[in-house]
Amino acid sequence: MDVVADAALVDYYWLRLTTFLPLGGALLMLLFSERSAGDQLSMKRFALGVSLATFLVSLVLLAKFDPSLDGFQMVEETEWLGLLTFKLGVDGLSLPFVLLTTFLMPIVFLASWGVETRVKEYMIAFLILETLMIGVFVALDIVLFYLFFEGGLIPMFLIIGIWGGKERIYAAFKFFLYTLLGSLLMLVAMLYMIHVAGSSDIEQLLAHRFSSDPFSVAGLYIPAGIQGLLWLAFFASFAVKMPMWPVHTWLPDAHVQAPTAGSVVLAAVLLKMGGYGFLRFSLPMFPVASATFADLVFVLSVVAIVYTSLVALMQEDIKKLIAYSSVAHMGYVTMGIFAANQQGVDGAVFQMISHGFISGALFLLVGVIYDRMHTREISFYGGLVNRMPVFAVVMLLFTMGNVGLPGTSGFVGEMLALVGAFQADSLVALVATTGVILSAAYMLWLYWRVVLGALENPKLADIKDMNAREIACVAPLAAGALILGVAPGYALDLFQPAVERLLEGYDAALAAAGVEHAIQLSAAAADLLGAK
Amino acid sequence: MTDLYADLGAVLPEIVLALGAMLVLMIGVVQGGTKQGEEHAARSANVLCGALLIGAAFLVWRDDAGAREAFGGLLAIDAFAAFAKILILVGAAVMLALGVDYLKRHDLMKFEYAVLLTFSALGMCLMASANDLMTLYMGVELQSLSLYVIAAFRRDSIRSTEAGLKYFVLGALSSGLLLYGASLIYGYSGSTNFADIAKAVAVSETPIGLLIGIAFLCAGLAFKISAAPFHMWTPDVYEGAPAPVTAFFATAPKVAAGAMFARAMVEPFGAITDQWSQIIAFLAVCSMFLGAFAGIGQSNIKRLMAYSSISHMGFALVGLAAGTRAGIEGMLVYLAIYLLMNIGVFAFILMMTRDGAQVTRLADLDGLAKTRPGYALGVAALMFSLAGIPPLWGFFAKYQVFQAAVDADMAWLAVAGVIASVIGAFYYLNIVRRMYFSEPGEPVHLAGGFAHRAAFAIAAVAMVAAVAPAPGFNGFGAPEAAARAAEALMP
Repeated sequence: MDVVADAALVDYYWLRLTTFLPLGGALLMLLFSERSAGDQLSMKRFALGVSLATFLVSLVLLAKFDPSLDGFQMVEETEWLGLLTFKLGVDGLSLPFVLLTTFLMPIVFLASWGVETRVKEYMIAFLILETLMIGVFVALDIVLFYLFFEGGLIPMFLIIGIWGGKERIYAAFKFFLYTLLGSLLMLVAMLYMIHVAGSSDIEQLLAHRFSSDPFSVAGLYIPAGIQGLLWLAFFASFAVKMPMWPVHTWLPDAHVQAPTAGSVVLAAVLLKMGGYGFLRFSLPMFPVASATFADLVFVLSVVAIVYTSLVALMQEDIKKLIAYSSVAHMGYVTMGIFAANQQGVDGAVFQMISHGFISGALFLLVGVIYDRMHTREISFYGGLVNRMPVFAVVMLLFTMGNVGLPGTSGFVGEMLALVGAFQADSLVALVATTGVILSAAYMLWLYWRVVLGALENPKLADIKDMNAREIACVAPLAAGALILGVAPGYALDLFQPAVERLLEGYDAALAAAGVEHAIQLSAAAADLLGAK
Repeated sequence: MTDLYADLGAVLPEIVLALGAMLVLMIGVVQGGTKQGEEHAARSANVLCGALLIGAAFLVWRDDAGAREAFGGLLAIDAFAAFAKILILVGAAVMLALGVDYLKRHDLMKFEYAVLLTFSALGMCLMASANDLMTLYMGVELQSLSLYVIAAFRRDSIRSTEAGLKYFVLGALSSGLLLYGASLIYGYSGSTNFADIAKAVAVSETPIGLLIGIAFLCAGLAFKISAAPFHMWTPDVYEGAPAPVTAFFATAPKVAAGAMFARAMVEPFGAITDQWSQIIAFLAVCSMFLGAFAGIGQSNIKRLMAYSSISHMGFALVGLAAGTRAGIEGMLVYLAIYLLMNIGVFAFILMMTRDGAQVTRLADLDGLAKTRPGYALGVAALMFSLAGIPPLWGFFAKYQVFQAAVDADMAWLAVAGVIASVIGAFYYLNIVRRMYFSEPGEPVHLAGGFAHRAAFAIAAVAMVAAVAPAPGFNGFGAPEAAARAAEALMP
């Protein structure tokens, strides 16, 4: 065996290790006994250790990864169940999400230090969830992708249902069945793709051109033909996961009922799977359909940005407010992706990473005060700055991050996405920009109502400030949000070449099919006004 | 003139089963008489019949003479039959072992149970090998008559007697349908042998009478496999029959009926797939949806498993409806995984007792995760697998039949299947909800010997482990064996 092959062999062991180390930890965890508080502490330490080790291993991936190379790296392939391939690998689009996941999980375990009921099952659920989340981003077989994508439902269902709030059972079922229905349509589309392309390998599917000739079924005109149908099936799944308006209603329920750590994982990683799916499947595999349906996505994104921001304004529950703000921020992501230009897609990926830090931290901060007072009612709080100065400072930082203030990572993502959208369609960008103002409105108002002012509620008189563990949880996120805000290049360099190649392929496919980029809504609107 | 010795050699496993079971019957009669003797006879009958079943499975597995026909084409001995027979015999042996505790608890230790179970397994082996409408009927009847009796095995229980009687009446009706279909097919093709029917079908345009015959045959077979709309007996019989009998009904007979259904369609009517594929697709859609919807309202776990099995047979029939080799392969893999899942679930159900009596209410599972976390984890794995949620093995069963349907240009069937599986997911999740999210109610005692624990643990672990892409796992060789079996049926 020559040296190159040997090096590749070693490389993919690292990828396999990153993916399955948490699962191995979960299996070892089964051997722990849970009798005393000491046992619980050692389990928490063990889970934290496993996730830290996973993070370190994933840093090796980063070191070995070369963004300038075309295609997937550290690929490994094994025959699987007689009809599929078990294929893993990373490229510039997936590695940032792998790192985001491995970076966040130690924080999640640290934030779960206060869990006292069924600690063993809790830690196992989160460790398995980590493997499944990483798997989504590294899977290079479409069925394997589906397996990880859907498999994540099981631990999350249990996390919401066992350790959640009052309405947890309703929220868990809603979360599960909603996302399952969306995903199963995608499964049928996948089966069809495998049927047509003769392979379930993502690399080969990326190379396959699916037919885009429009046709009619029972008088119903289907633009972009087969591609259109496949695109819609994938869209059903990713839009629910993302979530996009109007299929976002499971998210506020799930977030409010989930325990703090569950909310963090949900907001920071699980929502990103939808965006990743659009980038991995919809845009490169169905370019013509993507261009055809871009307007639909733009409209839904803009509605999400404006409408859910308005809804967020009216919330009385802090967690629900942040959940709605997540939906609005994901609107920028979908808008950026389907703008299908360098700035737009760069912005979308950046926004997803940045949102992982910021929303994760916001949910942690809500958890901090919830642990003390056991309520998330905004009206209950007020004047926390008098008793919790550290909390006030950290909350301010992430409030600004969520608003998209320059100097935080939130700014870079939103700005790039808006610039990209402006190039694609100025009207869309114009309306979407109002979302920035609205986000300032609801976040600052929230901050004002919760943190500022006089301490009027006597129950808050003895509230303690954040302790060292809580600070340790948010500190890395704060560092991430600030560093990427000041020096976005660290992240951009990682995925920009991959985005460039993605868009080259996309443009070439459109040119080959003779299809224009998205029809401009602004032009259509101008025509309409001119006609009057 | 065929060589008699070769013929006898080909059916050696069946001969061993038949002679062995008769011998056990003799021993039982001689030993019985007193109460003590009867129990002693039952114990030895259980051991002997278990050994017979395993021995027969071993003989089937070791048979390496290749595909051949025996007794002038009455029976086909091939990889397809071998696949089904091994599942049937091992499944029957496991269920025999799991039932003993229940029989002891309910004072039902009688040697006839083991003998009848062995005779029904013999019938099932004939069904899997049947290559002629006559042997098909013989196999079905031998199996059914044994099952009618053991459904009513608990003579002092009204429910059990009712179950047996109901099963008998409806079973007789379906046998009538099957025979009527067979007579029409014989009338229009001139033969009862599958190969001869195939020849007759291939040359001429399909006469309408033959199609009616196929439809009646399908109806009769659908009854045996408990596919909707011929499923009515299933929930009542499952609920009324003693728990180990229900467990047996849910496993081996389903595999046998599925295998027989596949051969009875593909071998004689392979040239006119488009004619019967729609019937099967209709049965599949009805079963999937009926099983999914009707299961939601159930509060008895045996009844729930009845609807679950109706729904699962629908999914398995999706593979047959595709009418391709990949479809048959998917169906066989589905049946194998289904068998294992049901062994696990029923091993658990048989353990559920309170004050020494079997309990079967879903509410008895409340809070199991708090009282018995290990068992709850296993049941959860099995439930998620039954629901077909990845990464568990049950997902791959569904995946394979859906892929076959799409490949056969029946994407609509796959769409219907996925919608039905979302609906069905609800009641499996409900069991998980009871175990994990509810507070424990009246405590349930999990009484089970080593056999129960082992069968339950193996099934639950297999649901997860089978998916590992490592040598030795990877579906435990089931996909490869199913591929060989499907190739034997459709070269």
